[in-house]
Amino acid sequence: MHGSTYVPKSGLSRWMDQRLPVMRLMHDTMLTFPTPRNLNIWYTFGGILTFCLAVQLVTGIVLSMHYTADTRFAFDSVEHIMRDVNYGWFLRYVHANGASMFFLAVYIHMFRGLYYGSYKAPREIIWILGVALYVLMMATAFLGYTLPWGQMSFWAATVITSLFSAIPLVGEPIVNWLWGGFSVDNPTLQRFFSLHYLLPFVIAAVVGLHIWALHVPGNNNPLGIDVKSPADTLPFHPYYTVKDLFYLVCFAIIMMAFVFYAPNFLGHPDNYQEGNPLVTPPHIVPEWYFLPFYAILRSIPDKLFGVIALFGAMATLVFVPWLDTSRVRSARFRPVYRQFFWILVADGILLGYVGAQPVDASLGGVIPLLYVGRLATFWYFAHFWIILPIIGIFETPKPVPDSIAKSVLHATPAE
Amino acid sequence: MSTFFTRSLLVAAISVIGLTAPALAAEDHIALKAPGWSFDGPFGTYDRAALQRGFQVYKEVCAACHGLKRVPFRTLADEGGPGFTESEVKAIAAQYKLPAPPNDQGQTIDANGAPLMRTAIPADAFPSPFANENAARFANNGSLPPDLSLITKARMGGADYVYSVLTGYGPAPEGVTVPAGRYYNAYFAGHQIAMPPPLSADRVTYADGTKATVEQMAHDLATFLTWTAEPKMEERKEMGFIWMVSLLVLAVLLFFSYRKVWHGEH
Amino acid sequence: MAHSQTAEPTRRDFLYVATAGAGAVAAASAVWPLIDQMNPSAAVLALASTEIDISAVQPGQSITVLWRGKSTFIRRRTPEEIAASKEVNVADLIDPVARNANHEADAPATDANRAEKPEWLIVVGVCTHLGCIPLAFQGDYRGWLCPCHGSQYDTAGRVRVGPAPQNLDIPPYTFLSDTRVRIG
Repeated sequence: MHGSTYVPKSGLSRWMDQRLPVMRLMHDTMLTFPTPRNLNIWYTFGGILTFCLAVQLVTGIVLSMHYTADTRFAFDSVEHIMRDVNYGWFLRYVHANGASMFFLAVYIHMFRGLYYGSYKAPREIIWILGVALYVLMMATAFLGYTLPWGQMSFWAATVITSLFSAIPLVGEPIVNWLWGGFSVDNPTLQRFFSLHYLLPFVIAAVVGLHIWALHVPGNNNPLGIDVKSPADTLPFHPYYTVKDLFYLVCFAIIMMAFVFYAPNFLGHPDNYQEGNPLVTPPHIVPEWYFLPFYAILRSIPDKLFGVIALFGAMATLVFVPWLDTSRVRSARFRPVYRQFFWILVADGILLGYVGAQPVDASLGGVIPLLYVGRLATFWYFAHFWIILPIIGIFETPKPVPDSIAKSVLHATPAE
Repeated sequence: MSTFFTRSLLVAAISVIGLTAPALAAEDHIALKAPGWSFDGPFGTYDRAALQRGFQVYKEVCAACHGLKRVPFRTLADEGGPGFTESEVKAIAAQYKLPAPPNDQGQTIDANGAPLMRTAIPADAFPSPFANENAARFANNGSLPPDLSLITKARMGGADYVYSVLTGYGPAPEGVTVPAGRYYNAYFAGHQIAMPPPLSADRVTYADGTKATVEQMAHDLATFLTWTAEPKMEERKEMGFIWMVSLLVLAVLLFFSYRKVWHGEH
Repeated sequence: MAHSQTAEPTRRDFLYVATAGAGAVAAASAVWPLIDQMNPSAAVLALASTEIDISAVQPGQSITVLWRGKSTFIRRRTPEEIAASKEVNVADLIDPVARNANHEADAPATDANRAEKPEWLIVVGVCTHLGCIPLAFQGDYRGWLCPCHGSQYDTAGRVRVGPAPQNLDIPPYTFLSDTRVRIG
C-alpha cells in the first residue's frame, strides 16, 4: 500500500485522527489511491456492483416493511405492494430487475477478471473472495425469488432444496431440516425470508474484505503489467470517481429502462400465479442468471453426480489462479488463450440457452439438446482443468510493454 | 481493446437472442394474434372508453365464473384507470353482496340458515363468484375458472394471449377429437379448453354505441384485464420518462466532466 | 531439555484438555437448539398421518390426497395394469428395490412388494428426481410421466426412464376397512 498523504485540516479532524483514523482511511483509499492510468470501461463494474448492492439493500429493507412471510399472505402482500403501497410497484420492480442487473454486472466483472488475468499472483485472495461473493449472491437471489410465493417461486425452492437429498445417507434428514417439514411450506418460507434479509449484510462484509484485499497490491490493468513508477498511475479522485460515475449512470439508464418499460421481461409469467403444491408448472426454469448451472445439473443423468457437477462448476473457479500457468496476465498478449476465452464465453451462453429449453428439446429437431448440454458441460470443465494449464505452458506470449505510462502515452507525444 | 469491445457487443446481442428464444421455442402452439394496443410502447396509455367497455364485458359475461379478487372497486376511479366517478363506483360496488360480520347476537346466518350478507362498499374488492375452490370446480365439471386479476401478467403473451383465446374458438381440425365438455381453441395450451365460447356478437350492448363484435369485446376485455393486472402502468411510464430524461442529462454532464478531467491524461 | 519429561506437565496438560473438552461440550449443547429449531415442529409432526375414504375410486382412476404436505396418489388399478406390472423382470429395473415403507429396506421391487392389495397402489406423488408431481396415465408405461425432466414410471410406480434415480416412494399405510385407508 502507498504511504498515507492525509493531513488533518482542523482541530477536530486532528483530534479524531489520533483516536479513530477513519477520515485518513477514506482519504487514502477513495481519494489519493494510486490507480493505473489505463483502466478501461470493464474496470468500472466494481463500482457498479457496489451500487447494485446498495440499491438491493435499500429497496429490500423498505419492501420488507410491507411484505408478509406467510404462505397464506405472501403472494397477496406482494400484490398489495404493487397496487396499494405508495410507489410500491416502483420499489418492487427496482428490486426484482436490480437482481438481474446485479448478475449482469457480476458476470461482466468476472469475465473481465478472466480476460486480463486479474486472479493471478498477487491477487489470488481478491479472486477467491470474489467467488465467495458470487456464491453468496446466488444464495441470496435464490432465497429472494422464493418470497413472492408464485408458482416458479415454490417450484424453484422445491427443486433446489431437493438437490440436497442427493447426499448419501443424511440427504433426507437434511432436506427435512432445511424445509422444517416434509415439503416446502410455511416454515421454509419464513426461514428463507430471515436468511434473505441476513445474507446481503454478509455480502457487504465480504465486499469490505474484497476491496481491502484489492488495495494491498492495487488494481490490475488491461496490460497486466505491474505499476513501476508514479507516472503509471493517477489518483483515484477525480480521475476514476468521474469515470466510474459516468459509466454507472449509463448502467442505471439500462436498468431503469427495464424497470419502467419492460419490468416483467426478465421474469416468468408463472410467477404471477400463486404457488400451488399440487400443480407443477409444465416447464420449470430458473431466472436467466442460473440457467448455465441448471443446464450442467440436467446434463448429467445421475442425481448425485449432477449435483456434484453443479457445485463443482462453482468450486472450479476457486482454483483458477493455480490452473492458469502462464507468466503473462493479460489476454491482450496471449493470442491462444484469447481465442479460448471467447469460446468459454460462447460455451456459457450455449449452456444458458440449453438450460432455458425443455429437457426433451432438440436443435432444429435433429440434435437432442441433452447432448449439446453434455458437450458444453464437458467443455466448461475442460477449459479450466485441462486447457488453461496447457496453454500456459505451450503458448508464446507477445512481447509485453515496459510500462503503463509508455504504452498509454506514446500516442500523445505532447504529454 | 476495440476487438474486445466489438466482440462483447456481439456477445450481448447473442445473449439477448438466446434469452428471448426460449419463449418462442417453449410454446408449441401457433403464434398469438397481435391486434395492437393503446398501451403499447413507452408512451402508450389505456384507452378510457375501452377500459369502461371492457369492464362492462367482464361484469356481464365473465363475472359469473371468474373472480377479480385483487381489484378493489375504489380503483375504478383511480387515475390511470377506467375513470369512473366516485358516485359511479359507489353504485357499482352496491350491486355486490359480501358475507357480513357476526350480528349483535353473534350469528352469521339468518333464520333460514342462509349466510348474512352486506352490501359492498368501494373499499372492498370484487367478490369471487364461488365460495371456494371446491365449489368452483364442482360447478364447472372439475375445472377451475382462474381469477382474472393478474391473468395478462400470468400468461405468456399477456393481452395478445387473452385476445387470441377469446377469438380462437372454432371447429376442431380433421383427426382431432374433443371430449364432451371441452371446446377446441387454437391458442389454448393443449387446444382443449373447458370454457365454452364466452363471446358472441351483441352479447353486450355498449352504452357508447360501439358495435359489439366478438373481436371488439375481446379487445376491450383484454385492455381492461391489462389494467387490472398493471393498474400503475401510466404512472410508471410517466415517471419513467422523467427518470430517463434526467439520467440522460446527467450522463451527458458526466461525460463532459469526464473528458475535461481526463484531458491529456490518455 | 530432552530428558525433562516429568509427571507434572502431563497433569497440567490433562487439566487444559479437560477444560477445553468441557468447553466444547458446553458450546455444542448451546448450539444444538439453534440447529434443531429448524427441524419439523410438533405442529408439523402432528399432521404426519391421515385417513382417507376410497370408496368412490373406480378401477382405472387415481386420486390425489395431501399427506405431510406432499401429494400422494391412490390409484385403483385395472387387471391389465396389474398384469403389465407383474410381467416386469425386477433385475431389469433402474431401481430394483421396493422403496416400500411397509417392507424391509432391501425388498425387491416386485409388484407384490409395491402394492399390499394388488388393486390399490398408493405412492407418494413426488418425482424422486427433483420433487415435481408426475402426471398419471402418461408416458410409455402408462403409469406416470414427470413433466419437469421426463422421468417415466410404470403402473407400479417404478421408474423406467431416468433421470429419476428411484421408484416412487410408498408411504406406510394400513387398510382400516375395505373403503378406508390410513396413510402415515
